[in-house]
Amino acid sequence: MIHFDNVSKRYPGGFEALSQVSFRLPRGKIGYLTGHSGAGKSTLLKLIALIERPSRGQIILDGVNLSHISNRHVPYVRRNIGIIFQNHHLLYDRPVFDNVAMPLVIQGYRHREIQSRTRAALDQVGLLSKAKSDPVTLSGGEQQRVGIARAIVHKPALLLADEPTGNLDPELSLEIMELFARFNQVGTSVLIASHDLDLIQQLGARALSLKQGRVFDDEISPRDDTAGAA
Amino acid sequence: MRKGPQTNTLLITYFIHHLRVLLGSLGRLTRQPLSTLMTMAVIAIALTLPAGLYLALNNISGLSAGWDSSTKISLFLHTEADEKQAQTLLGRLQLHNEIEHVSLISKDQGLEQFKQLSGFGDALEFLESNPLPIVLVIQPIIDPNRPDRIDQLLHELESEKLVELAQLDMQWVKRLYALLEIANRVIWAIGSLLGLAVLLIVGNTIRLDIQNRRAEIEVSKLIGASNAFIRRPFLYTGFWYGLSGGLLAWLLTTLSLYMLAAPVEKLALLYHSDFQLSGLDSGDTVNLIMISCGLGLLGSWLAVGRHLDEIEPS
Repeated sequence: MIHFDNVSKRYPGGFEALSQVSFRLPRGKIGYLTGHSGAGKSTLLKLIALIERPSRGQIILDGVNLSHISNRHVPYVRRNIGIIFQNHHLLYDRPVFDNVAMPLVIQGYRHREIQSRTRAALDQVGLLSKAKSDPVTLSGGEQQRVGIARAIVHKPALLLADEPTGNLDPELSLEIMELFARFNQVGTSVLIASHDLDLIQQLGARALSLKQGRVFDDEISPRDDTAGAA
Repeated sequence: MRKGPQTNTLLITYFIHHLRVLLGSLGRLTRQPLSTLMTMAVIAIALTLPAGLYLALNNISGLSAGWDSSTKISLFLHTEADEKQAQTLLGRLQLHNEIEHVSLISKDQGLEQFKQLSGFGDALEFLESNPLPIVLVIQPIIDPNRPDRIDQLLHELESEKLVELAQLDMQWVKRLYALLEIANRVIWAIGSLLGLAVLLIVGNTIRLDIQNRRAEIEVSKLIGASNAFIRRPFLYTGFWYGLSGGLLAWLLTTLSLYMLAAPVEKLALLYHSDFQLSGLDSGDTVNLIMISCGLGLLGSWLAVGRHLDEIEPS
């Protein structure tokens, strides 16, 4: 699903956020990205979502070389990805339902389909009863779940999550992570960036560890194809 | 087989989406009635001024067109020319395609009129013979676009053998035309400047709107909205500004005209004229609204093009 080949990202000013990162996340698998803040996790996710472009190296997403995607076509790549942010990025001027429905509206779904799919997504994160609420009135965990519902409502092939549990207590964090695991079980590829090593170990999952922009400890390792480094 | 209905459905969905955005942007505007009204009013005032000037010019031109018919060329024939020769010339001139009408004032009629108008009636009785020439009064057809034609006609008439003098009192009409031409240019200049102002007003309003909706634009871009999708509501907003401003400008122009109608009529009456102010006809109204909508769309398009690219998710 995702294939990084010697990818480096240098920001203007010389700071190298990623250097020569290579890894592979097979289709339908779940992968974790760990490391301290500033290690380059967010940059790596931004490269996949085409928010940033790599300085060197190749990224292949679902068989498509991202360096061949022109800016005009970026939206169509993003429609195949669901992105979840640490700070939710919800719009507070509209109810929960409208927030979640946004990707469907953008992609021109018909009204009836928008209704049913949005309800289904809200149901999956357990917030169907809050459909008409304002996002401000929800707790942090609930807001994060609204963000997740929005990321999965259009059934993307890949879910990216940047510190999805950053502001949540451990119990809620585990709940959110289990939610991701559930989506993964129905075939969605998932890549989660988190600095919460304990949590990841608790999940028994393997991870790609970044330190100062380099692959530091490749726990995913190529011993099986769960998420082998190339 | 399948492609047909599918394309159809897509088109319908697309159409419905546009309609939704169109109404959505209208709804958004009505939710901030005060600022919307203010923008509308500024646009309307900026458009009412040139529209009003245009109307004024139109009315004055209409007035002067009426005066054209009072423009006459007087042909004073040689005194030795007799009635018969004059009639022949008249017959010939009637056929001229730049002459509307010719009438003949015989020597006797001329004398009669002169007696009445000059007040020398009794003194003229002492004259042995009538000193007045036969006069042909010609009403030319005037093409307002080619006022120089009248001079050529005048020369042509002057070269007639029987004609002693051809006199045209048209200098003031020419001057009026020249003035109207200048006024026309001034109105164009003012209109263009104010049109530019409307463009800037809409552009600036949309720019603020874009800034206020920054978060929404960012999120939309992140979840795969194309630029066209993001642009659309702002373009429609500009369209609504243009449409409402244009309608309001029409209303203001019509109201001003209505307020002026009575005093103008009074003035016209004092001049024994049945002149009436003419308002914006349907063509003018359509033009006004279309120009207004166009400026609204263009203004928002410029603002969107300039500011939307600046907002990228990071």
